[in-house]
Amino acid sequence: MNSMEKDTRLIGREALAKLFAQWLGEGRRILAPKQSNDKVDFAEVETPGEVSLDPVQTGQSPKGALFPRVEELFSFPSRDGRVELRERDLAALKPTVVFGLRPCDAAALAALAAIFNWDSADALFSARLAALTTVGVACNRCDEYCFCTSLGGGPGATTGSDILLTDMGGGEYLAEVISEKGRQAIQGAGTLFQPALGKDKESRLARVEKAFDLDKVKPALEALFDDEAFWVEQSLRCLGCGACAYVCPTCACFDIQDENGRRLRCWDSCGFGLFTLHTSGHNPRPLQSQRWRQRLMHKFSYMPERQSVLGCVGCGRCSRACPVDMNILEHLRAVAEAKP
Amino acid sequence: MTTADVFKPFLMRIDKVTEETPDVRTLRLAFQDEREGRGFTFRTGQFGEYSVFGEGECTFCIASPPTRQGYIECTFRKAGRVTGALADLEAGETIGFRGPYGNVFPIDEWEKKSLLFIAGGIALPPMRSVIWNVLDLRDRYRDITIVYGARTVADLVYKSELAEWEKRPDVRLVATVDPGGQTPDWKGEIGFVPAVLDKLAPASRDTVAVVCGPPVMIKFTFPVLARLGFAPEKIFTTLENRMKCGVGKCGRCNVGKHFVCKDGPVFTFAQLQEMPQEY
Amino acid sequence: MQALRSKARELLATKTVQVIIGYASGGGGRARAVFVREAAKADALVFDDSCQQNLAVYFSKPEVRKLGKAALVATPAALRAILQLAAENQIAEGELLALAVGGDDVVPLATFAAIEAHVAARDGDWSAAEKEELQKYEAMGLEERRRFWEEQFSRCLKCYACRAACPLCYCTRCTVECNQPQWIPVPAHDLGNLEWNVMRAMHLAGRCVDCGDCGRACPVNIPLHLLNRRLIREVFTVFGSRSGRSAKGDNALSTFKPNDPEDFIQ
Repeated sequence: MNSMEKDTRLIGREALAKLFAQWLGEGRRILAPKQSNDKVDFAEVETPGEVSLDPVQTGQSPKGALFPRVEELFSFPSRDGRVELRERDLAALKPTVVFGLRPCDAAALAALAAIFNWDSADALFSARLAALTTVGVACNRCDEYCFCTSLGGGPGATTGSDILLTDMGGGEYLAEVISEKGRQAIQGAGTLFQPALGKDKESRLARVEKAFDLDKVKPALEALFDDEAFWVEQSLRCLGCGACAYVCPTCACFDIQDENGRRLRCWDSCGFGLFTLHTSGHNPRPLQSQRWRQRLMHKFSYMPERQSVLGCVGCGRCSRACPVDMNILEHLRAVAEAKP
Repeated sequence: MTTADVFKPFLMRIDKVTEETPDVRTLRLAFQDEREGRGFTFRTGQFGEYSVFGEGECTFCIASPPTRQGYIECTFRKAGRVTGALADLEAGETIGFRGPYGNVFPIDEWEKKSLLFIAGGIALPPMRSVIWNVLDLRDRYRDITIVYGARTVADLVYKSELAEWEKRPDVRLVATVDPGGQTPDWKGEIGFVPAVLDKLAPASRDTVAVVCGPPVMIKFTFPVLARLGFAPEKIFTTLENRMKCGVGKCGRCNVGKHFVCKDGPVFTFAQLQEMPQEY
Repeated sequence: MQALRSKARELLATKTVQVIIGYASGGGGRARAVFVREAAKADALVFDDSCQQNLAVYFSKPEVRKLGKAALVATPAALRAILQLAAENQIAEGELLALAVGGDDVVPLATFAAIEAHVAARDGDWSAAEKEELQKYEAMGLEERRRFWEEQFSRCLKCYACRAACPLCYCTRCTVECNQPQWIPVPAHDLGNLEWNVMRAMHLAGRCVDCGDCGRACPVNIPLHLLNRRLIREVFTVFGSRSGRSAKGDNALSTFKPNDPEDFIQ
């Protein structure tokens, strides 16, 4: 992609509405941040007017577009005592545009893909990913929980977005067309765009300060693994719910459940006490401190080592959602600065 | 386009149910679709996900050896929702099977060596696959010793096979039950596996040890083996962490950075020494 | 706040307790739990309107128990939680020192009787705003109420933050995790969410101490405390009892009396 010439244009709010209409006309559904009750979360929209880009971040990540909280893997209708397996029709999955995801969420797609496809391909995940186009919106604001820049990302980073928009003010967006999927999403819509005329997004971007040295985190985590006192101290107030995992754009632990003739995959979390419990009653991770360690190890040590990608993008959702104010940024800083 | 992927099980017909103990069963399974069966191969040590449709899946090793073709077997204790449902099934009924998954016992590397198998309780099944595998290729190996212990005589599984091994001149079987677990006519040893092993004091020279059993048995057996001169890389075991997917995705079975489902279930004691205590 | 800090310093210095479970300043203007073990660190303690979490929840956490005898900075709801935990034999006399807070005052309460008296002396009704919220909800017709909860529960992720935050949800294996039979569907679909949330509320009927932490913990802002409040009112109307007032209370929904007017149980 680097070898290609950078494709940057301008698009106005009204033209964006036409682009939405074009996508709907092509049979795509559009998921975008939408206000409902007192929360802004990804939901189906038809016009840019329904989209709310006001909050720094949505409460939940857009990962449900690829990894829904419950999905059928296959069904097994039973006829006259004979079991028959009926697979999902992947061609029936609706092509989807996720609009308005932040650069951190776009970067998270690589982590999800690494988990689902690192060894054998996960057909359902891969089919959803193939049918997904991401139109990101760069961040012009951030808050104290954001730390994308500490992990190699940034408020204007293009990784994972097929098209990245930056709000230039005055109802105008700078559109960077990043990928082939992005080009396809605006095919035939050339007249909706104006030339960028050298406009630059940098001045519009939020300033997210680097909070720690990422290079120190992995070795520090590994050195700290057996330091029980450290992990107990770090996680004393953690109550072991799954809020952090469920709002996380990269957490992908799952359970498999049979129900009403269907085999379902549903979200699960390594933070739950029963997650690793053996039938015998033995539990390899009986304490919350060990489960909190697992959460950090998985994202910052195991995934980089086994799947060559970080399991965190610095979106800060877990910290915002945590009922007891566990702040992952603080914990990473503590790890990076720990002297085991 | 369909989800012909890792989560879709083979349909298996239960051909035979053996009641090993009141709560342990062995199922012999054949592929409902013979073509699928012909294309199926596995190696000893590997495991699978067995499903009772409507109840869910559970994880066991393949307890039969790859040298016996046309079927696979699994042995399980009735303990939870899925194993409870599995235990209620009869010959002729259908279950699902996904696999084979995981790594293998490196039996090719063990050729021309003596083999010492040490198993406790319900952990004989993973060992049974490899025992029959090497017995079916008997001339490639030297002495074969099997130390098997259970809490009581009633808890010993594969009783007819134990009798068969007992009779074979080319196998040395030492069966033991925990003190108090013997019956009046019990002719085997009485004592815990590590103590019986200590007394037996098998030679470690050119010998590979395979240990499968509950964590407490493994914990006390390793030091005995070390005293007998077994190098950590000559001691093999299998880990049995909880799993859902079996294919390195669901996030459950990891021991540190290792996926038990992908990098295991077979590990050497040398590997375990380098791994965190998350099993 | 100064009274609280000096009390904490004294308790730690005299080794009366090994840890003070209290509040410290957190992120985004929030307060967070802190576990102070050294007198020199008592200045981390704060108490103001942002301190809402019911810290009694930490009493059942093994890592916290291991720290030794604790003094708990206790809001009125936390005091009620301690009494209810005592009534359910989860906490024994003398195991915990409550530091009742409110305003600038800190009142050490060493016995259940002292906590009972303290709670009784200050027991009040719901605030006007709280009453209005509940009335608005109770004014809904049955069908409207059903739709209201269907919409609310459709957002439930089954992260169990409500359960984790609740001091009375101390079971090591929750009903939702019992699968023989599978009482509650595991997945976060409509039926699973409805059954989970109704079950959670019902298991707290006659036990809930009305701290509101379930609703506060919810990452998708489901007003779970409304269900609990409705049941608190119901239990009070039918049985005349309010949980968290006595260390020896009977639980309305798990106490059998031979002269029960209902005949389904006989």
